[in-house]
Amino acid sequence: MMKQCDLVIVGGGPAGLAAAIAAKKKGIDDILIVERDDRLGGILNQCIHNGFGLHTFQEELTGPEYAYRFICQVKELEIPCLTGTMVLDITPEKIITIMNRKDGVVQLQAKSIILAMGCRERPRGALNIPGYRPMGIYSAGTAQRLVNVDGYLPGKEVVILGSGDIGLIMARRMTLEGAKVKVVAELMPYSGGLKRNIVQCLDDFGIPLKLRHTVVDIKGKKKLEGVTLAEVDEKGKPVPGTEEYYSCDTLLLSCGLIPENELSREMGIAMNPVTNGPIVDESLESSISGVFVCGNVLHVHDLVDFVSEEAKCAGENAADYIQGKLSKVERNPVFVEVEGGIRYTVPASVAPERMRDKVKIRFRTGNVYRDCYISVYLDENRIQRKKKQIVTPGEMEEVILEKTKIEENGRPGKIRIVLEHK
Amino acid sequence: MKDVIIIGAGVSGCAVARELSRYQLDICVVEKESDICEGTSKANSGIVHGGFDAETGSLKAKLNVLGNQMMEEMSRKLDFEFRRNGSMVVCWSEKEKTVLEELLERGIKNGVPGMEILDRRQALELEPNLADEVYAVLYVPTGGIVCPFGMNIAYAENAALNGVEFRLGTQVQSIEKMKGGYRVQTDQGTLETKYLINAAGVYADVFHNMVSEKKIHIIPRRGDYCLLDKTTGGLVSHTIFQLPSEKGKGILVTPTIHGNLMLGPTAIDIEDKEATATTAQGLNEVMEKCVKSVKNIPMRQVITSFAGLRAHEDNGDFIIEEVEDAKGFIDVAGIESPGLSSAPAIGLYVRDILAGMTELKEKDNFVETRKGIVRFKELSKEEQNRLIKENPSYGQIVCRCEEITEGEILDAIHRPLGATTLDGIKRRTRAGMGRCQAGFCTPKTMEILSKELQMELKDIRKTGRRDV
Amino acid sequence: MEKKVLTCIGCPMGCTLTVELEGNEVKSVEGNTCKRGDIYARKEVTNPTRIVTTTVRLKSGGVVSVKTKEDIPKEKIMDCVNEIKRLEVDTPVKIGQIILDNVAGTGVPVVATSFR
Repeated sequence: MMKQCDLVIVGGGPAGLAAAIAAKKKGIDDILIVERDDRLGGILNQCIHNGFGLHTFQEELTGPEYAYRFICQVKELEIPCLTGTMVLDITPEKIITIMNRKDGVVQLQAKSIILAMGCRERPRGALNIPGYRPMGIYSAGTAQRLVNVDGYLPGKEVVILGSGDIGLIMARRMTLEGAKVKVVAELMPYSGGLKRNIVQCLDDFGIPLKLRHTVVDIKGKKKLEGVTLAEVDEKGKPVPGTEEYYSCDTLLLSCGLIPENELSREMGIAMNPVTNGPIVDESLESSISGVFVCGNVLHVHDLVDFVSEEAKCAGENAADYIQGKLSKVERNPVFVEVEGGIRYTVPASVAPERMRDKVKIRFRTGNVYRDCYISVYLDENRIQRKKKQIVTPGEMEEVILEKTKIEENGRPGKIRIVLEHK
Repeated sequence: MKDVIIIGAGVSGCAVARELSRYQLDICVVEKESDICEGTSKANSGIVHGGFDAETGSLKAKLNVLGNQMMEEMSRKLDFEFRRNGSMVVCWSEKEKTVLEELLERGIKNGVPGMEILDRRQALELEPNLADEVYAVLYVPTGGIVCPFGMNIAYAENAALNGVEFRLGTQVQSIEKMKGGYRVQTDQGTLETKYLINAAGVYADVFHNMVSEKKIHIIPRRGDYCLLDKTTGGLVSHTIFQLPSEKGKGILVTPTIHGNLMLGPTAIDIEDKEATATTAQGLNEVMEKCVKSVKNIPMRQVITSFAGLRAHEDNGDFIIEEVEDAKGFIDVAGIESPGLSSAPAIGLYVRDILAGMTELKEKDNFVETRKGIVRFKELSKEEQNRLIKENPSYGQIVCRCEEITEGEILDAIHRPLGATTLDGIKRRTRAGMGRCQAGFCTPKTMEILSKELQMELKDIRKTGRRDV
Repeated sequence: MEKKVLTCIGCPMGCTLTVELEGNEVKSVEGNTCKRGDIYARKEVTNPTRIVTTTVRLKSGGVVSVKTKEDIPKEKIMDCVNEIKRLEVDTPVKIGQIILDNVAGTGVPVVATSFR
């Protein structure tokens, strides 16, 4: 007979760990965390810089320290984990195929599943950078792992394309290790990274940031010899005559993250083309009943603290589902619509009948907006308005939806999150 | 003194080496790169052409049709991936349909079986995503797709198994005629041989011209390609060509043998025989032109782009013959498309040429089959578990996108002509060829290479020799 | 009177702050939108400090991640990293374990931030 398990959590990074802890605390004992790496903690293990945990622990921790706090709880709560184990397949009936060295290929039947696989970096090919394909081009995260975990510095003269936080962090990290970071180029007119990282990772070391620039050529057949940067116009097309050559042996790419949803797609979960993550409701439940989603596999977060918070909700809801407490409402939710430059929301819908007292709705905008308001409407009835001096694509925004407000209003046809400009 | 030296470990050189390894000959393949399959053979469409396109009576037509016929059997014997998915050539008007009819006629003369012209409606039944403008197609059921690396490596390994010596990382600098053969000066010392086979791809003219007064000229014709994520591989099931032009078969849209979607190539004549850099212009051309034959191509799903150089000889046909004023020197030159399709036949053809020059005695211990690296993902669950029990490294996934195990990578390193670089592992196992393009598996693969070859991390290369 | 221009790190606004200094005394802060900017500017021009995170080599090969237990003066960052770079430590290493008592004369210890 196939091994049974109440709750299988796919991924032992910050999302999976927090989800497991929350489910256990809600009384679920038969849990299994499946992690592909040989230790728990996920990508945090290579994020050795500090700045994690201000919201969760009111102190600044490094990535491994933040992960350790959760790993300790998982151990104390005696939650079973399989590391070095890959999930190969999940069926809509929640049969999970896993594989590792010791047990080989094994199938499990789960009552509920939490997807917490995280995300990956956009590769060079997706950016359509022409030129050769020599050694020396890495995504920033790959370089981060090589430097911080393997103790190997991939190069001495570095150009970084993309000013996402990983790119900025790696600019400082490579500098501290003795490399010369010549420039960070950013296609957009603004950086996707935190101001703090621009100051402390670039300005502190005199590394220039070139906004509205991209790599237009790569030189060096076997080993990278240099790259050509050029300015781009409003449409992102390189402007002829603005080319500038930088000799370098390393090009790091930090050009966006993509949720790793191969398993979700194969099991037939409905996806949101904007986030590249599953479509979930207020309980973080996907289109397949009993399959919950949290962390960067759902949508790419800015801070790990919010991943942990979201994962806690997923874990609690999965526990409720297993215990039969999550009311199986008719699937007739109220959809969340966006206006004014907001790209998406997570969750995408709310079922008032089964929502908890409060539901957090998270979203990002598609551009930088100053002096604006974030408003929440139930149909035409505005129930919230919050002034914002600035919103940027790099930072997640949130509104809290209260059940009492919906009860006062009566079941709306739609919930609208609107970015209102002056 | 060697009996035979073959310059170039691309698919032509390796196919020749394998066919000659049946005989009692001392054979050596000399390759300037650190691995087999590093030139034109690694960057092409991976198509097994039907053979309708080449001029009737040409060597291209003859060897293509024969190579196509041999492909199934060879893929079984040498364990490389091949599938007859069928091809289509599309046209956009009644007037252009006459060109399809000419192609059909030429194909029949060339001996290509089963071809027919389909109208738009019939074509759409087979291929619903053909572009709205497509008027009619030439359907070629014998067209196929192959793993170009897998095929090249399979031929090389089988040749090595049968005693062929491979000198990798060895660049030929000069060739002199000597009594009874040739003296070959390389950057790794001098070699002597009775017979010399020139399968040097875009450099074949350089070596030919060292020994012959009848000069040939090979122009590298660059082709840029885009490769899309596996989620898009089902957009078309056949290889979709456009009407051919003077410079080749035009931009195609095809599933690859591994289920990706591939677009390309361009055809740009260049001077530099090493210039495999893509250009923005080239990539744009690919993306603009491919939508003329297939609709709904999700360009955002491109995972990588690359360029290859076709070895185009001025006269337009393959040159496979003993050089008139250089006895014992056999050219395998101008092997552009359909070179991959023809490779099995090129092996036989060169053998026949050599047989006309010297008596070939068969070995009694020739091994005609070769077993490739196990493709773990394709095994049944029972077979997977048996393998993991024997060797737990098959239970460890290294490349998560393509689900390649540590066991496969270790095999790639330790088998004959094993991988020594990241690209070498990639071409043998597909580790790093998936949608993250080696973002996650690079550190792990470097670690394995470092441990197995006892090299420091800093000496691990993506491609090329350690000392370069 | 000395003028210093810096970017506030308090929020995505990234206000450009102009600080007027006389010696080590802040005379004025301009350009800030909120109070956090003022506080940040005063600290950053008179006593800028950072937590430094890096790795230290293990005698058995590989590295372990470390940080300064508290923030250290900004101008000591490279001295700090270079001193840590010269070290090689024994395994096992425990999270929180002191690797170096007083880095670059700052009086601040360096501690491991992971296990190895």
